[in-house]
Amino acid sequence: MTAPAIELKGISKAFGPVQANKDISIRVMPGTIHGIIGENGAGKSTLMSILYGFYKADKGEIFIGGTKTDIPDSQSAIAAGIGMVFQHFKLVENFTVLENIILGAEDSGLLRPSLSRARRELKALADEYELNVDPDAIVEDIGVGMQQRVEILKALYRQADILILDEPTGVLTPAEADHLFRILENLRREGKTIILITHKLREIMDITDTVSVMRRGEMTATVKTVDTSPQELAELMVGRKVLLRVEKTPASPGDVILDVQDLNVTDAKGVHRVKGISFNVRAGEILGIAGVAGNGQSELLEVLGGYEKASGQITVNGTPIDLTGQKSDGQSRRRRGIAHVPEDRQAEGLIMDYAAWENTAFGYHHDAKYRNGLFMNNAAILQDTTEKMERFDVRPPDPKLAAKNFSGGNQQKIVLAREIERNPDLLLIGQPTRGVDIGAIEFIHQQIVALRDQGKAILLVSVELEEILALSDRIAVMFDGHIMGERDPAQTDEKELGLLMAGMTGNPSQVSVKDIEENLAHAGTGKV
Amino acid sequence: MDVMPKWAEVILVPLISLLLAAVLSALVILAIGENPWDALKLMVDGALGSTYGWGYTLYYATNFIFTGLAVAIAFHARMFNIGGEGQAVLGGLGVALVCLYIPFPHWSLALITASVGAALFGAAWAFIPAILQAKRGSHIVITTIMFNFIAAALLNYLLVGALKPAGSMEPATGKFPETTHLPSFQDMFSFGEATLFRGAPANISFFVAIAACIALWALIWRTRLGYEIRAYGHSESAAKYAGISPTKIIVVSLLISGGLAGMMAINNVQGEAERLVLNAVEGAGFIGIAVALMGRSHPLGVFLAAILFGFLYQGGAELALWTSIPRELIVVIQALVILFTGALDNMVRMPLERFFLSRRKPPKPDAKSTPAVGTN
Repeated sequence: MTAPAIELKGISKAFGPVQANKDISIRVMPGTIHGIIGENGAGKSTLMSILYGFYKADKGEIFIGGTKTDIPDSQSAIAAGIGMVFQHFKLVENFTVLENIILGAEDSGLLRPSLSRARRELKALADEYELNVDPDAIVEDIGVGMQQRVEILKALYRQADILILDEPTGVLTPAEADHLFRILENLRREGKTIILITHKLREIMDITDTVSVMRRGEMTATVKTVDTSPQELAELMVGRKVLLRVEKTPASPGDVILDVQDLNVTDAKGVHRVKGISFNVRAGEILGIAGVAGNGQSELLEVLGGYEKASGQITVNGTPIDLTGQKSDGQSRRRRGIAHVPEDRQAEGLIMDYAAWENTAFGYHHDAKYRNGLFMNNAAILQDTTEKMERFDVRPPDPKLAAKNFSGGNQQKIVLAREIERNPDLLLIGQPTRGVDIGAIEFIHQQIVALRDQGKAILLVSVELEEILALSDRIAVMFDGHIMGERDPAQTDEKELGLLMAGMTGNPSQVSVKDIEENLAHAGTGKV
Repeated sequence: MDVMPKWAEVILVPLISLLLAAVLSALVILAIGENPWDALKLMVDGALGSTYGWGYTLYYATNFIFTGLAVAIAFHARMFNIGGEGQAVLGGLGVALVCLYIPFPHWSLALITASVGAALFGAAWAFIPAILQAKRGSHIVITTIMFNFIAAALLNYLLVGALKPAGSMEPATGKFPETTHLPSFQDMFSFGEATLFRGAPANISFFVAIAACIALWALIWRTRLGYEIRAYGHSESAAKYAGISPTKIIVVSLLISGGLAGMMAINNVQGEAERLVLNAVEGAGFIGIAVALMGRSHPLGVFLAAILFGFLYQGGAELALWTSIPRELIVVIQALVILFTGALDNMVRMPLERFFLSRRKPPKPDAKSTPAVGTN
């Protein structure tokens, strides 16, 4: 019997009072793809950081290829044949692909011999695994998909036999993700071992051989992928039954609430981010905006939320809103009945050091019910927060706890409760479930649909296509500041939307990944 | 979830830092051939052993409360106002103009008007760096430092020119009129035969300083403005999202800061010197930074830290008077206190945190509130 490529025995790691990994044991056989799935904060990243030498485990042993190995730092991890592709790439932007690949692995003081050796090996690797990159391209000029391949090549160039990928598809279009999976299958065929960390159930089902589920720092199960189902995995992750589908009736749209005409946004650096887009959202419908991150969706939300200037015309309930002057701030927007759940709740939606009750008044602290002359009406806010926490099932229901001490899902519920309970005409909501646990996703989706059913207009921005497809009544796809088109969710699929996300139209089966990448790179978008 | 209990955070950490500073100071005193124990006794005796000593300690403390509060409010908006010195100089100018040119029937009116004048002048001096920061992005640390020098030069110019009484050879204004003189502690607390605080400069502005502490506490933690200032200080992006104008917060918080620094002048200019002289601020603007750091930007903390620094100032003067320990050594001791309480804060904090962690019971296996660790 062959020894496992990696075997972890009884790994434990605590950060202060928090037990991030608790007695974790896992065996990964060589030549397999092993998925690790779990909610945010379940301890996946910590475990991989231990394997890559970033953290030292408090307890436990690591065996690589059957021999006990100490991994005090990432150098030792590389020496042991482990390569890691991080979620946020670690590339030098203004170096060429080749320079990035040899960085830290140069043969001598002179660069030239290393570069020509790397060029030869790159050619061989590219042919073997379908890992095509232009060795002389500057990294900042190439698309995200290719940057990711550079990361994989970096690992292979360092003779990695074990490859760890952390949430690799987060920034890819569906076609690019499919391409990545083909590469991973090629690697597996050549006997490499791959660990894939993800929170997407579908990816696990599509490509892995075995899957381990983590929950609250513990490994709750390891199963063969063929023997399980998404439903079962979700239950293992959350610890109870969950609904993966959003239950909703067809929309019955009313009057136009939000009307956007010829909107242009140029950011502080002078980059033209939104290029003359027009659309509307009606009462009682959800308009979903899909797109790879960085194609102008964030700027659109910022303009509507009142903290980015723009030109063009936007009307809410038939009256124009100010886009450049005194009344283009968040306070004025709120008075016009616009509520906003921002994309980044930790940097925008919440003050992390403020208690939940202080955050409940955030943005609405001038409201009559929250103020008391120059002072805040703390008693009223506290009372209100207690009720909101109850209705939105925020845990723990402690209004005096600082926002930073809630989990991602509960933080999002605090923001949602604040914005939804104010009964807005229009709700802007960006990445509603980013970093949110599955249990809370279900709840948040239900709240959004319930608000729609009350006849409110909802503008949803998300990079998760599944979420867009599940919630939207209409879908608009943004690419490079333009709206590429609008689709009916019932008559489209991920393939077609994926193509639009790359700025292309036509028959999905006739477009190659190469074209998509060139288009994305050309537009200079999709950078993380 | 906080790692340490609150009392350890606010009392134990500064206390241990102070002890470390004291031990090191003792070693320095030992090294120059004096007895540290005697030196300490002398400092305590001189600063706290008599009402006279207290009168000086509290006088210095009053200065430091104002400048410390000034730095503290700016810290809450994540602004580093290093220009307390210059703002206090301008505050002195405001006090001098009010006292010299407005005839007052009674000191109480003079105190109120001079306070307003001092605050206005100090705030005006902070306004220029503030607006430059808010509109043009000129870094507040650089501009406020430069404004300290401009303030000193401006005062110099006025004191050898327009404000100097005719015929005087000294760069100072004339004596303020009798009706502007503030009651000193000696006037206020001497009953019958017993004369307390004899000759000490502490005066009624100490109580104005206490009132300022209370008012600032209410402003920061009870008003909508304070809520916005703290929000901006924690996260500029979140403040923008909430519709809080960064320009407004930067300007308003620095106006309050400059006003507080300026108000120091009712103590040193109106209360003590009773005229405006060159270098009246004597570095109190900079001590305010240390006081705010040590006081964790909380008005109560600022108050206590200001008393401590008042003690060090007065105790140090006594040391220089009665021993061969040079006055400069007291600067060393103050520097050590600042070093340990401000710069080396983590040196004390981290071992303490570890200590409290190790004493904590292991977390319950199914704690609903387990914070998220590890990011994806």
